[in-house]
Amino acid sequence: MLLLLVLIPLAAFLAILCGAPARKTAVAAGWANLALGVWAAFSFNAKIWGISLPVLAKPALHLSLAMTDGMSAIMVLLSVIVTLAALLSGKAPEGKETLYYGSSLLISAGAIGAFAATDLFFFYAFHELALIPTFLMIGILGRGDRKEAAWKITIYLGLGSIILLAGLVWLASITGTFDIPKMVDFVKDHPIDAASQKGIAALLLVGFGVLVSLFPFHSWAAPAYASAPAPTSMLHAGVLKKFGLYGLLRIAIPLVPEGMQAWLTPLLVLLLGNILWVGLVTINQKRLDLMLGNSSVMHMGYIFLAIAALAASHTATGFTNTLGQPAAVLLMFGHGISIAMLFGLADKIERSTGTLELTDLGGLAKSAPGLAFMFGMVGMASIGLPGLANFAGEVLVFLSSFQNYDPSKGLGPVQIACILAIWGVVISAIYMLRAYRNIFQGPQVKATTDSADLTLADRIPALILAIALLAVGLYPNLLLNLLSLK
Amino acid sequence: MPAYYLEALTVALGIVLLMLEAFVSSASKKFIGISAAAGLALILIFSFFATAPDAKLELSRFYQYDGLARFYKGFALVCTILVVLMSVDFRSILSRFTDEPGTEKGTGEYYALPVFACAGMMWMASAKDLAGAFVALELVTITFYILVSYLRRNVGSLEAGVKYLILGALSTGFLVYGIAWIYGSTGTMNLAALAERLMTPRSPLDSTVVVEAWAQLAPVAQPSLLFGIALILIALGFKIGAVPMQVWIPDVYQGAPTPTTAFLSVGSKAAGFILLIRFITPFMQPGSPVAQHVALMLAIMAGATLLFGNLAAIGQTNFKRLLAYSSIAHAGFLVLALAAWKDKTPTDLSSAETVSFYLATYLLMTLASFFILAQVRIQDGSEEIDAFNGLGKRNPTLALGLTVIMAALAGVPLTAGFLGKLFVFKLAVDAKLWWAVILGFVGAAAGFYYYFKIIRAIWWEAPKAEAKPLVLPEITRYCVVGLTVAVIVLGVWPEPVRMLLQ
Repeated sequence: MLLLLVLIPLAAFLAILCGAPARKTAVAAGWANLALGVWAAFSFNAKIWGISLPVLAKPALHLSLAMTDGMSAIMVLLSVIVTLAALLSGKAPEGKETLYYGSSLLISAGAIGAFAATDLFFFYAFHELALIPTFLMIGILGRGDRKEAAWKITIYLGLGSIILLAGLVWLASITGTFDIPKMVDFVKDHPIDAASQKGIAALLLVGFGVLVSLFPFHSWAAPAYASAPAPTSMLHAGVLKKFGLYGLLRIAIPLVPEGMQAWLTPLLVLLLGNILWVGLVTINQKRLDLMLGNSSVMHMGYIFLAIAALAASHTATGFTNTLGQPAAVLLMFGHGISIAMLFGLADKIERSTGTLELTDLGGLAKSAPGLAFMFGMVGMASIGLPGLANFAGEVLVFLSSFQNYDPSKGLGPVQIACILAIWGVVISAIYMLRAYRNIFQGPQVKATTDSADLTLADRIPALILAIALLAVGLYPNLLLNLLSLK
Repeated sequence: MPAYYLEALTVALGIVLLMLEAFVSSASKKFIGISAAAGLALILIFSFFATAPDAKLELSRFYQYDGLARFYKGFALVCTILVVLMSVDFRSILSRFTDEPGTEKGTGEYYALPVFACAGMMWMASAKDLAGAFVALELVTITFYILVSYLRRNVGSLEAGVKYLILGALSTGFLVYGIAWIYGSTGTMNLAALAERLMTPRSPLDSTVVVEAWAQLAPVAQPSLLFGIALILIALGFKIGAVPMQVWIPDVYQGAPTPTTAFLSVGSKAAGFILLIRFITPFMQPGSPVAQHVALMLAIMAGATLLFGNLAAIGQTNFKRLLAYSSIAHAGFLVLALAAWKDKTPTDLSSAETVSFYLATYLLMTLASFFILAQVRIQDGSEEIDAFNGLGKRNPTLALGLTVIMAALAGVPLTAGFLGKLFVFKLAVDAKLWWAVILGFVGAAAGFYYYFKIIRAIWWEAPKAEAKPLVLPEITRYCVVGLTVAVIVLGVWPEPVRMLLQ
């Protein structure tokens, strides 16, 4: 049944290629997938969802999709919500509707497939399926330096995927299977030797790291998001980028825990690079789209912190840190929704004022109060205001860093990193509030005097995302319960 | 029907085609091309009913028929059919450079010669004896001498022909010399007997005398045997396009008529690989005293080929030349699979199966690219990457197809190209050939760069001002669509290829 979630966007893509009306078909597929996805996520452990089709007998490869645990369910949920919002927002340039909606559908199908795949081959393959249309969209429909931005993201992510592939092939060679649950079972009885663990963990950290824009492999992200059409940056920053973090939690943590632990200190240094260095870079941005791009790189640092806390707690009997995984998943969800909404609204600001330069904007709240309210809300979410999804995630991240903290032993590396990382919240507040002030408050300027507010059609995607932010923010157990189910 | 009838039928078909060319006067040679393709298709159908020859026949000392043989015979046939079809749509260029420009007079042989080459390739797939293999290989090579320089009034084609001739003759020398050394040190040219002699070495002078321990022979026989093996690997390196015999590839590929280039890069390479597999199988068998040495030679060859092909491809601006370097790079991956030798197991692909699988996917991707390249050459008069600029605007469907094909060549998953690479990497990691694995991944990364250069030109660059929409002629269109769909289907569901290999 989960195959449907992948097939619906693919079928819609083919229908559009064959001449079906692009926007209507895509949106219909988006709604259908949302309904199916929500149903699947909240009943993920029911038998009906799993599917496994053999595609090759030797070596055994299966097109198998199943939600192994709540993490997959939440990521699929995130994908279907953001997909619908992305399909509803943005405006296709004249004559490019096929490409515009078709690419979004492919990205969505790839992301959902990657999050639900339980076969290593398809896990990797679906992600790549989503990357290619991302590159094409930026290259063809991007703004500004589109060619350069698109070529940069192509090369970075291409290289990242190949490094990742090396790690995955190594794992498959040791465990002798491509089936992820079987791999996990295999290492329970035959732990991988320390040297191989270290090598594999390094490849996975760098490979997944490039895909998630881990410092210092992040420089592709901001220009690409700034240049990409709105749905592409929403889908990539909101959903597809989470694939790397999901992969670390799904593959690296259970299969090579000691290897991850061995690289703990470098990882902590790099993630602080994300939070503090890129945070300062973000403050310095003069354009809203570049600022959002950088901020999305910065926030990845917190999720890495949760993963680091989890890796640090590995002992012979298992992981003692119980908060790391929920924290990472919750923050992935919150961040995915909020960054998608921010990119969607930024696109709306650009369409109604014609600019995203912070200095050219001002007083937009007067002519577009609805836009101002929505942007304010999601801006607060991204800073970490309580009541919105990101807050729940960030608090859990900080708590998870201090779980098992023993004052008599002094501060460990994870705790020190956490204390430094908390300053990131201040940085976020500075750039987000400043951007809000520059765009929406103060006297109106030329660009904003007659700009239109959100129309009903614009409100729907924003509302879908806002509802998700509020629901999870006010009642995080909605998702946390899924994680505790087996 | 005994399998060797297939070769006989193919040669007979070639002769009939030559007669047609001579006696049926017609302004257009399209008819000969279509007949060649149809005849080969018929033989392809026959090949499914072929059986191994009677073991009592003298011929069965030279000829074997097993799963691999059947696979590679089918491979040669499919490849030749597509190449002949490509030639049919390439007539306008062919007729421009022959004796009477503008007419198709004197182009008929261009459709008959590939059929003879095909017969040679089919025989190579069944080779069991180095002498027989040599004859089959020469049939292929000599046919190619003519095909490469077929555009006799085009300097590039003639230059390519001369280069191919000189290096081809050199490699023939290596081959014969290598066979002589192997015969001298083991006393046999038969591959099956060779396998047995390696395990229980006999005196090279008198094969009835069993030499008890290899060590007794070692001072003389092992180095001489290894020398012979090295010579033959170099000679086969010419066919498959691997270092150190790769130097001819870029120039010859660029100069030769496009269908011939496609034939060289797929058919000839695959035939070289099946011969290489046949040749090294006895030396790589478990317990063989030279297995490690041969694996090392192959690994060095693979590493150098990967490095050369991929790095040299990065800077290319001519699409045909890029495909030439890419063909060297793919040869590197294929040799790597052989260096990481693995015998048949129930759960994993063996090296021979991996190579066959890779080649099957390689056929689809490469022939599709050459089909498109041939049309771009005809309609735009250029083979530069620039000529593909803005293809997304000139023919969106073709652009989408070419994107899929380039992504497949780069090894993007869910296309057939990824699986081949994945299985090669898996073999190499299983064999713990770490340095070769690193070179392989560097190569794959470089490949990602240079194939995406084409995708970039197709979609991101604006077409030239005077560019017209690119329209594919009928045969090319059906072939490209079929090959592209196959690339995607096999990328998701590779089982059919494996079933053909059984």
